[in-house]
Order: sequence, then structure tokens, then C-alpha cells
Amino acid sequence: MQGLGAFALITLGVILQKRGVARNVIGPRIRQETTRAGVALLPMFSFVALALGFLVIGQTVSVLAKLGATNYLGSTMVIVIVRELGPLLAAVLVLARIGTAHVIELGTARAMGEVESLEALGIDPMHYLIVPRVIGMAAGVFSLTVFLILGALASGYLFAFLQDVPLTPGDYFKEIVNALGWLDFALLALKSLAFGFFIAIVTCYHGLAQPLRIEEVSRVTVRAVSQGIIVCVFIDALFIVLYLLA
Amino acid sequence: MNENSNIEKSENVLIEMRGVTVTTMRDSGFVVLENVDWQVARGDFWMVAGQQHSGKSDLILLAAGLMPAMTGEFQLFEKDPQTFDEKHLEQRLRIGVVLEAAQLFSHLTIAENIALPLRYHKNLTAFDATNEVKSLLDLMELSPLADITPTNVAANWRRRAALARALILKPELLLLDNPLAGLASRHVFWWVRFLDQLWRGHEFFGGKPVTIAATTDDLRPWQNARRKFALLHEKKFIPLGNWNEVESASDPVVKELLALPSEPAETAVEKS
Repeated sequence: MQGLGAFALITLGVILQKRGVARNVIGPRIRQETTRAGVALLPMFSFVALALGFLVIGQTVSVLAKLGATNYLGSTMVIVIVRELGPLLAAVLVLARIGTAHVIELGTARAMGEVESLEALGIDPMHYLIVPRVIGMAAGVFSLTVFLILGALASGYLFAFLQDVPLTPGDYFKEIVNALGWLDFALLALKSLAFGFFIAIVTCYHGLAQPLRIEEVSRVTVRAVSQGIIVCVFIDALFIVLYLLA
Repeated sequence: MNENSNIEKSENVLIEMRGVTVTTMRDSGFVVLENVDWQVARGDFWMVAGQQHSGKSDLILLAAGLMPAMTGEFQLFEKDPQTFDEKHLEQRLRIGVVLEAAQLFSHLTIAENIALPLRYHKNLTAFDATNEVKSLLDLMELSPLADITPTNVAANWRRRAALARALILKPELLLLDNPLAGLASRHVFWWVRFLDQLWRGHEFFGGKPVTIAATTDDLRPWQNARRKFALLHEKKFIPLGNWNEVESASDPVVKELLALPSEPAETAVEKS
């Protein structure tokens, strides 16, 4: 854990210290990583948003309507989708799709001596390899979380509508909007950015921090994914405390 | 060009090691060479020979300032090397390094690999770097492979691309780890001739001579009276002198590196 913390601080230090360095090389790398951890995952997230809407929201809305408890719809949706399920699911999916690729790519690069080559060329591997991945993943998880929440809320209503739930779209979205406070927006942004940042830190740390042999890469990948999930749950717990305190 | 002239310094000793202990990159407690005394002066062409696991790669990594010396005094350009110190970046860029496995970046094409140091250190877009990269590709006969990723290129050409990448910033000191290992004879000939041109001052690099230090496990291609030779054996760095002294050395390891029988032919025949 100490190593992870140090790696996170070093990464933050490099992001701040070298923010103008080699802009023409690092800028395109950040765009590339953002596309990879964001735009490229939109089809998968569309599917997951539909599924989440159907599985969770559609059923919840239907049950609440039957019980005549549509007053609770807004707060239920905000707690379940906006605060918890949306950010966590987005983070875990990005970890599975892109985080694993980070460990494998960086672990292989380390095992093949590419990191020493970068150092030999006077290029800081943290700046060239890690900074774009961390920024790309933080931006990706944030955007995909927003996309997933909006998609799930919309598709949830669609499924509820298909089940003939007597609820107008206006009432449905009004309930949700009323249940949302400014804190939800602020903490959602912070939380999804923290998820993205730390998933990238965990996966990059395992891939790059220690010299690896090529046969160790698969073992390290599995360890990084488990640790990534633990870190996400830990961050989530911290945010629950924040919500309770607020 | 102004930047280049700014970083040109007047040191005559580029690498200086005194009583240096060399460890491996992977295990900083595992000693491969002890008490190394080595001085590379401007204009030298050093060939350091050694068998497998004699510490050739580690010596090059240390000489390039990529890992610290365990003990002893080590200076690069008359300064303590500090790999990541931004203040010493200029010093780092005066050295070109080619490691034995070439280690090109697998996600970039050959041309992108060669352009990377230039683009990164001069903050150029891919388009801005095109002309310089293209002319180096042409010089090194790499143009047909420009848009191919390294995994699809034969090892002979990958090593040559790694040399191009090390040369794009026009270094003063070139460090090569076993550059001829496993190369086809045509490529061996090209490398020996090209390095000799670099050492004398290649017109492409403005005619400025490049100081070269390389390791090898075969001394035969490097026959030249003006080169300096040393041997790595049993954790020792042993200076051998020039080619004439190498040829007349009686050390069986030197003979093996020259692919000569370690005992006179008549004796060997008599024994058989």
C-alpha cells in the first residue's frame, strides 16, 4: 500500500510539474487514452445502461407504482443509481476492459526493456507512459459514469412504460430531479474522477513499478484487478461517510 | 542548431570510472564487475569484449547513467550522473544508447520510434519531425520499413532502427551493447563501416566525430589499430591495449573471443 501511495503522489507530482512539457507528444497520447477508456467503450456502456435500466429501474418503478409509493421513486433512484451503482459499475467495467490492458502493456514493456529505453532517451516513463493513462482513465470513468446514469434512468422509464406503469415521463424525471441536491453532483464528479485516477494508479503501478519477467505478467494482472476492485470499494466507503456527514 | 551548440562542452574525459562496482539492473545486490577503472576520452573507440554473463550489458547501462554504481567514483561528462534530474537532461541527451535487444516501442512504427526522442525533446508535431526522420531513414536504408511496427520487422533491421533512434538527437557519445550479436554478415559489414564513419565524423551529422564505446562477444570484426580494447573476465575489467596487443595476447579467453584455438595448433594435433 505504501508503494501505491508513493506512486500516486509521484504521478500527481509529474502531472503538475511537467504540464507544459512535450505538449505535442503528450497531448495526442492523452487524447488517445481518453478515446480508449471513454469513447471506445460507449457501445458496451449503452448495452449496460439498457440492461441496468431494465433490471433495476424498470422493476423498482413497477413495484413502487403497484404499492402507490412513487413518492419514494426519486430518492431510491438517486441513492441506487446516481450515488452507488452508476459510478461503481462504470469503474469496475473500465477496470476490466482497460485496466487489465494497462497492466499487460506496461508489464510487457517493462519485461522487454522498453522502460530502460525511454530512460536512455531522456524521456521520463512516468510522463510518457503513466500520465496519459491516468488522465485518460479519470476522464473516461467520469464521462462514462454520467452516460451510464443518464442512459439507465432513461431506459428504466422505457421499461416501466412498457409495463404500463401509470407514471408520466414528467413526473418520473421531476421526482428524480427533486431528490438530487448540489452535493450529489459535486460528489459524483469527485467520486468518478477518484475511481478513474486510482484504477489507473493501481494498474499502472503493478505493470510498471517493479521489474517483471514476461511470465509474471499474467499473475500481476490478476493481482492488479483484485486490488483495483478493493480500492474502488474503499473509495466508495469514504464517500458514504461524506454523504452521511453532509 | 543553437541548442546543440549550447550543450557542446569542452570536457575531454566523457566517462570516468574509478574502483566502480557494477551490479545488475534487476538485483542491485548482485555484483558482476568489481573495481572497474575505465576512462573514455573524447574521440575514443572502445571495444569491451566479454563472454556471456560477464557483465557487458550492465557495464553499458551503468556507463549510460541508467543505474547507479554500487561503490566507487563514476562521472559522465565530468559530473555525477543523475538520471531523472531535469537539470541534467542536457547531459543525458549527449549520450546515445543502443541495447542488445534493440527495445523499440512495440506500439509505434519504426518511423515513429525514431521520431519520438526528437518530438519529445523539441516539442514537435509528427508532421514537423517528418523531414529529419525521413532523411535518417534514407541514410540507414530503413525507408521501406518506416510504417511497420517493430514486431513485424526482422531483428537485423530492428537493431538498425534502434541505432537510428539513438542518433536522431546527434549524440556526442554512443554506447552500444553487443551491436553485432546475431546479425547477418551483410549487416555486420554495414554496422562496422557505419560506426567507423560516425567515429571519424559522418557528413550527415555535420562531420563531428562521435566517441564510441561498445561491448562484444566476438572481437574478429573489430580489427583496427586505432581502437582501444578491454576484456571483462571473472568480475574484472582488464584493459588490453590496441589491436596488435589483442592479437598477441596469450590469455585463453581473448583467444576464444578471437575464435582462435587456446593452444598452438601443433600441440592440439599431437594431443589428438
